[in-house]
Amino acid sequence: MAKKAPEIEEYKYGFRDKDVSIFRTERGLTRRVVEEISKMKEEPEWMLDYRLKALEHFYERPMPQWGGDLSGLDFDEIVYYVKPSEKQGRTWDEVPAEIKQTFDKLGIPEAEQKYLAGVSAQYESEVVYHSLKEDLEEMGIIFKDTDTALKENEDLFKEYFGTVIPYSDNKFSALNSAVWSGGSFIYVPKGVKTNTPLQAYFRINSENMGQFERTLIIVDEGASVHYVEGCTAPVYTTNSLHSAVVEIIVKKDAYCRYTTIQNWANNVYNLVTKRAVCDANATMEWIDGNIGSKLTMKYPAILLKGEGARGNTISIAIAGKGQVQDAGAKMHHLAPNTSSTIVSKSFSKQGGKVSYRGIVHFGRKADGARANIECDTLILDNESTSDTIPYNEILNDNISLEHEAKVSKVSEEQLFYLMSRGLTEEEATEMIVMGFIEPFTKELPMEYAVEMNRLIKFEMEGSIG
Amino acid sequence: MAGSTLEIKNLHVSIEGKEILKGVNLTVKGGEFHAIMGPNGTGKSTLASAIMGHPKYEITEGSILLNGEDVLEMEVDERARAGLFLAMQYPSEISGVTTSDFLRSAINARREEGNEIPLMQFIKDLDKDLDFLEIDQSMATRYLNEGFSGGEKKRNEILQLMQIKPDIAILDEIDSGLDIDALKVVSKGINKMRGEDFGCLIITHYQRLLNYITPDFVHVMMQGRVVKSGGPELAHRLEAEGYDWIKEELGIEDETVGQNA
Repeated sequence: MAKKAPEIEEYKYGFRDKDVSIFRTERGLTRRVVEEISKMKEEPEWMLDYRLKALEHFYERPMPQWGGDLSGLDFDEIVYYVKPSEKQGRTWDEVPAEIKQTFDKLGIPEAEQKYLAGVSAQYESEVVYHSLKEDLEEMGIIFKDTDTALKENEDLFKEYFGTVIPYSDNKFSALNSAVWSGGSFIYVPKGVKTNTPLQAYFRINSENMGQFERTLIIVDEGASVHYVEGCTAPVYTTNSLHSAVVEIIVKKDAYCRYTTIQNWANNVYNLVTKRAVCDANATMEWIDGNIGSKLTMKYPAILLKGEGARGNTISIAIAGKGQVQDAGAKMHHLAPNTSSTIVSKSFSKQGGKVSYRGIVHFGRKADGARANIECDTLILDNESTSDTIPYNEILNDNISLEHEAKVSKVSEEQLFYLMSRGLTEEEATEMIVMGFIEPFTKELPMEYAVEMNRLIKFEMEGSIG
Repeated sequence: MAGSTLEIKNLHVSIEGKEILKGVNLTVKGGEFHAIMGPNGTGKSTLASAIMGHPKYEITEGSILLNGEDVLEMEVDERARAGLFLAMQYPSEISGVTTSDFLRSAINARREEGNEIPLMQFIKDLDKDLDFLEIDQSMATRYLNEGFSGGEKKRNEILQLMQIKPDIAILDEIDSGLDIDALKVVSKGINKMRGEDFGCLIITHYQRLLNYITPDFVHVMMQGRVVKSGGPELAHRLEAEGYDWIKEELGIEDETVGQNA
């Protein structure tokens, strides 16, 4: 019973619809492209200035030389803006049939729309369908695509945009700042708590099209929100780029959870900057699932800058053939009695490579701060690899830090045990893998947990035995 | 129907090139309880693992048949679905998988697709068996064997036996590490399985389990073979006199298979 790795089937969501776009920019990134994007969107002058400054910075900034191999990425081959249809669909009836078909193929259940508070599905760069339940509106919650928010809530937008992640943060935040389009904007007023998650569905659909969504979430004092997004992307022969920026402000005593499942086609470069700032006694949680892509570099960060702030990151990363997942978390303890936990689960198969890369920083003021890091890796065969690269920066003696890292293989004994009860090798392996990532899936809203399990099954299906 | 028949003929088994079983012959039929006894290192657990198909063990000679079908041609899971079951001496821990999810998968693995056990029936049956084995209900939602005490693991193996209802079960030192109360409960579970359609091969090196489970046949293993067989009275004599008299009778000096003394 030699253990054979399950093979990934052809990417399940790799169908491709006819392109219905009515406008797209030329390939490559020039000043003219940026000006055109801004003009198309009828943006205020200050946003155009911001985009152009970001573009300058992008040109100047060298490519990062760490993490993963970015040499296959050609910025001149990418289309930076595609507008899929003339206006945003207000009701489902107005959404073009072909776009609906794509959603159908993705299996977004209709029940989900009723079950969830608001469905904001991003198709290419614009939000085509965006419904918000009336009770959310009544609570004063703003939940709309970022472009609309810039038009309708400019003051609020301007106050927070770029404050957590300035364009100068890194090369890809500069890129996003120059060409961003779409994404979600959420504002939850003081003391308002929602129990139903807000969610958006993202999808890349044009060849060589970058997706540069920009998400900004502000959770005011004592408020609470859970935002969920899931992504799938179709297969193309040339490389695609996804480079999002997500900024979150969690004010005093507020709570925010941001749940992502990303299932990219295996030619997508997924380079995302995510960062949250927590005031006193605020809590931020990143629930981050990374499946697929050619290369993912993503390290959701939390700045714990108010006393007693808490940060949690729970992530999974799955790398198959030809895939590199360089993912992790960053926690910056900048105030007394802040606490954080990082749980990272990853598995690699068929020569995939997963790396946990993380920073836990304790500043001078972080008296009594506590951090706990747990990294578990499961390797399914001999060709696959994993790395754990933790950085700890400690500028205060009065802190506590625990780090636990574990690398394991699916053992012959476990397989024998499960198979002796009648499970096939494939079922047994799948059960072990599902169990391994259970600490992640149990955090997901139910319908996402179901979808996640389905994705893992797809990933595990193949030629065992 | 009459029960199944497991026939082991002239079985030779090696591990990493070293021969451990040197010609075992044994037949277990539905309705029969067999006990295999013997000192440590005589090949008892190897026999159990080899029947179930553990990949570490290489069959070099002989055959295993279940109702005339060649077991050695089957994968581990096929053997299970054909009706074999092995209660393990050291069951693996499976993190993140609850005992009940696992059990339901195992039960459904034997059933046709579309004919899965209804959830309510499963829960009812599981609750009944948990009560019978005096296992706390919480075990159903705990991860399989993770953080279980030795006794809990053994009870869980018997729980699986009762839930899966195999035709022929091999119990590998199911009594090791059990206190007397746990031993009674485990025995109660095994006895409940007794019936025309159920055959059992109980591997132990203590006679005490056999105070609670009366075997129909008792076999003694030494040097990788069954060297003596008899009825329940054989177990009693072993309890009273130990193994030396058998060694003398057969002229055996070292009863082990020789890889460790």
